[in-house]
Amino acid sequence: MTDATANTPTAPKQSKHAGSLFGANARTKKRNASEARFRAYGLTAVGIGVAALIMLMSSILSQGLPAFQQTFITLEVHLDAAKLDKSGERDIEAIKKVSTFGYAPLIKTALIAKNEALGIDAEALGISAKEMSAMISKEAAAQLRRFVIADPDRIGETVEFEFLASGRIDGYYKDRVTLESAERDSNVSPAQLHYADALKEGGALSTHFNWGFLTMADASENRPEAAGIGVAMIGSLYMMLIVLCLALPIGVAASIYLEEFAPKNWITDLIEVNISNLAAVPSIVFGILGLAIFINYAGLPQSAPIVGGLVLTLMTLPTIIISTRASLKSVPPSIRDAALGVGASKMQSVFHHVLPLAMPGILTGTIIGLAQALGETAPLMLIGMVAFVREFPAAPPEGFFDPASALPVQVYNWTTRADPAFVERASGAIIVLLIFLLCMNFLAILLRRRFERRW
Amino acid sequence: MPVLWIVLAVLGLGLIGYMVGRMRALGSAGGDTRQLHSLPNYYGWHAFMLTIVPALLVLAAWLLVAPNMIESRIGGALPDSAIADGSSRSLVMAETRRAAGAVDMALAQGKLDAEKVAALRSDFTDVTSLLKETGAVITSDISEPVLNAALDFRDMVRSSNLWMTIVVGALSIAGFGMAILRTDKDFRARNIVEGGIKVILILASTIAILTTVGIVLSMLFETSNFFEKYPWQKFFFGSSWAPEFRANADGSSRSELGMLPLLWGTLYISLVALLVAVPVGLFAAIYLSEYAGSKLRAVAKPMIEILAGIPTIVYGLFALITVGPLVRDWIAQPAGLGNSTNSVMTAGLVMGIMLIPFVSSLSDDIINAVPQTMRDGSFGLGATHSETIKQVVLPAALPGIVGAVLLAASRAIGETMIVVMGAGAAAAQFQDGLGAVINPFEAMTTVTVKIVSQLTGDTDFASPETLVAFALGLTLFVITLGLNVLALYIVRKYREQYE
Repeated sequence: MTDATANTPTAPKQSKHAGSLFGANARTKKRNASEARFRAYGLTAVGIGVAALIMLMSSILSQGLPAFQQTFITLEVHLDAAKLDKSGERDIEAIKKVSTFGYAPLIKTALIAKNEALGIDAEALGISAKEMSAMISKEAAAQLRRFVIADPDRIGETVEFEFLASGRIDGYYKDRVTLESAERDSNVSPAQLHYADALKEGGALSTHFNWGFLTMADASENRPEAAGIGVAMIGSLYMMLIVLCLALPIGVAASIYLEEFAPKNWITDLIEVNISNLAAVPSIVFGILGLAIFINYAGLPQSAPIVGGLVLTLMTLPTIIISTRASLKSVPPSIRDAALGVGASKMQSVFHHVLPLAMPGILTGTIIGLAQALGETAPLMLIGMVAFVREFPAAPPEGFFDPASALPVQVYNWTTRADPAFVERASGAIIVLLIFLLCMNFLAILLRRRFERRW
Repeated sequence: MPVLWIVLAVLGLGLIGYMVGRMRALGSAGGDTRQLHSLPNYYGWHAFMLTIVPALLVLAAWLLVAPNMIESRIGGALPDSAIADGSSRSLVMAETRRAAGAVDMALAQGKLDAEKVAALRSDFTDVTSLLKETGAVITSDISEPVLNAALDFRDMVRSSNLWMTIVVGALSIAGFGMAILRTDKDFRARNIVEGGIKVILILASTIAILTTVGIVLSMLFETSNFFEKYPWQKFFFGSSWAPEFRANADGSSRSELGMLPLLWGTLYISLVALLVAVPVGLFAAIYLSEYAGSKLRAVAKPMIEILAGIPTIVYGLFALITVGPLVRDWIAQPAGLGNSTNSVMTAGLVMGIMLIPFVSSLSDDIINAVPQTMRDGSFGLGATHSETIKQVVLPAALPGIVGAVLLAASRAIGETMIVVMGAGAAAAQFQDGLGAVINPFEAMTTVTVKIVSQLTGDTDFASPETLVAFALGLTLFVITLGLNVLALYIVRKYREQYE
């Protein structure tokens, strides 16, 4: 009968619960509140992480997308034989003697002709001929000269050209320059902006996609409109080639030795500790290594892709070795045993059976290592890659020794310049860099999905 | 003969060796592969290896050693009178090399011939103008000792090249002959080839050690040069950083190169970064591994990990164009704390964002390694989920989390691009009082920024202002290495072992 007495209505009075069992008491409420708070902290932390990513991406995209658009002015230039080829013999050497200064008047004449064709009254706008030609990039004369030297037979004809507008005019159509800011700016006047509007109305000025950004070389401080990432992309490509050709074989060879052949002794321990430490050494230290050993001691040229490639190879090796060892380890011992069982040597079992099975993992690790190397900046700055390079490097292998830039260093280079148009181009170059990284990582994921084996 | 051609010739001979060796082995067995000790290809590889490996090794050694030997011999033979005031032996040596290059160019252009080159020594007139005509970069007039040294230099380089070609060629042919003679059906070609491959594998794995040795040696060497020119006490304990490029009247440097302001900047920015990254990263890891449903985890986890794959230059640009102006306009200026877009806060915040995935993915692994039974035991005693995490999971995971934080700190200290673009170039000014040094909205520079700024642009490897970068680099290397080793030690020592 004790059960019955326990169930009598008097029992709750003795317990600590004052009210119903279904209602929480103060202590439980406190604990539940603390639980909810804890969850909220966690959710906030995740939110902060995701928000940071979104903010980072949107900031880069909004700043950088305009770099792919550029303002162009279309003019019909009369290639005056009297100015470009005085002898009239179309002698290429004589034509080459005319410098870009000789071409500038042609553009001015073409602009004035354009005014007449479109019925723009320059005087009413208060713009001088000098101001008008200042609206066209200084690159235009060089563009004209290149055209004439490539094709001297066109001298005397009237040819339609699309010239880059100067950086400030371009900025006007990207909201970087306004009529108010132009008042205070010595490089652009409101009259020029009004004139640009008039040209746009007449169809001579338009803003569209700019392939030049991807193909042209860097340009000097005062012509941001002509700056491109062509040389930087080639430099980065060369370095990636060197890294791939050196880091992959060396990394795979080192991992095979450490994973399959190495006896357990202090030397192998030393090598392993070394590799894990190298993976955590700051990248700038590798730059110092490159400067001291490859440039000062070995005498390799500065800003050359070969030096950058070697430095990045040393940086990428630990990544490749760690991932290769992991994928060699994941190949089950039964494969090795089976190969040894049918008479293969140890070497044959590794190279004929284990290595092909581990290949997808090795390639994934290599691609991820390459992606890291592609975005690395600090060590390249120390080996002279920040230099201003306008010449495209030659084809490999000589090109490996020519000065070049690299994508991330080019970005840094542009951020140090005064004209805000370069910040836009830096963000644009970042977008290109991120697209490359995205493709490489996507390829790595694809490889893993497609070929990964579960044992 | 250019090096490339030597290499190609040796490789070509190696290929022939491969085919001959293979055929000879097959021939000795009468075409019956069962008679052979090894598979036929191994005989080919054996011949290939013997032909190219010794030859190429000698070639590489020669290329490494010979230029230094020639330089030291020619440089040593230069009379002291040839070295003008204000110049140095190395500068005269560089001029000698350029002159030698110009003579080569003149030969190639037909402006000189072999006889005239020989006559140059006795007939020393107009050499400079003649060599300048070739388009070579010659700045000053070439003096007689320099010209003689240049001609000696040329002769030695040429004879060195000739001997190199002969030795390498002879070795290659000897290897070829030996391999062919040894090839026989009972010859154990596979064992030899596999031994050779193993040596290559071992060499590849020692590159990691060589890299570390290279890093340490190169920095130690230049650092000791630096300490010869600048007292080490003033470097390690000096509280002022002020490089001056004008020297004192007696030629000594008047720069103050104390490391403490830079170290303070580095540690301060890293501290701000860790204050951002550790709570956010840790809570994110806890939420994603303990609370989040599979859908949220599938979206949020990769997004946070994307942050880890973004190059630091992108974070640097983010600090420069977005975070810097935001911090200045919304916090620093209204509060009257500073007017600079570059600040400790900017760099610290952005670096914190960079470190979030680092902390969270490491902590995630560690939290997942805590066995479920421990959580179940805690739930069974009536603990709520958060109580379980705080009182059971986190204490069990603590050593790993401490290790992760230390690794993140080592990352923060070695980070370069974010601080170059976000933190500014002015060193902390201890003499202006504590307020100026702890204001997080002022620009402050770090060790890495100064390494970059002292080593880019025109550098003179004889001045302490350049060499200080190596001392800074060595300090950085030692600090980050220490943190990494400490992190590994803590993780290993205090790790709980679960079944």
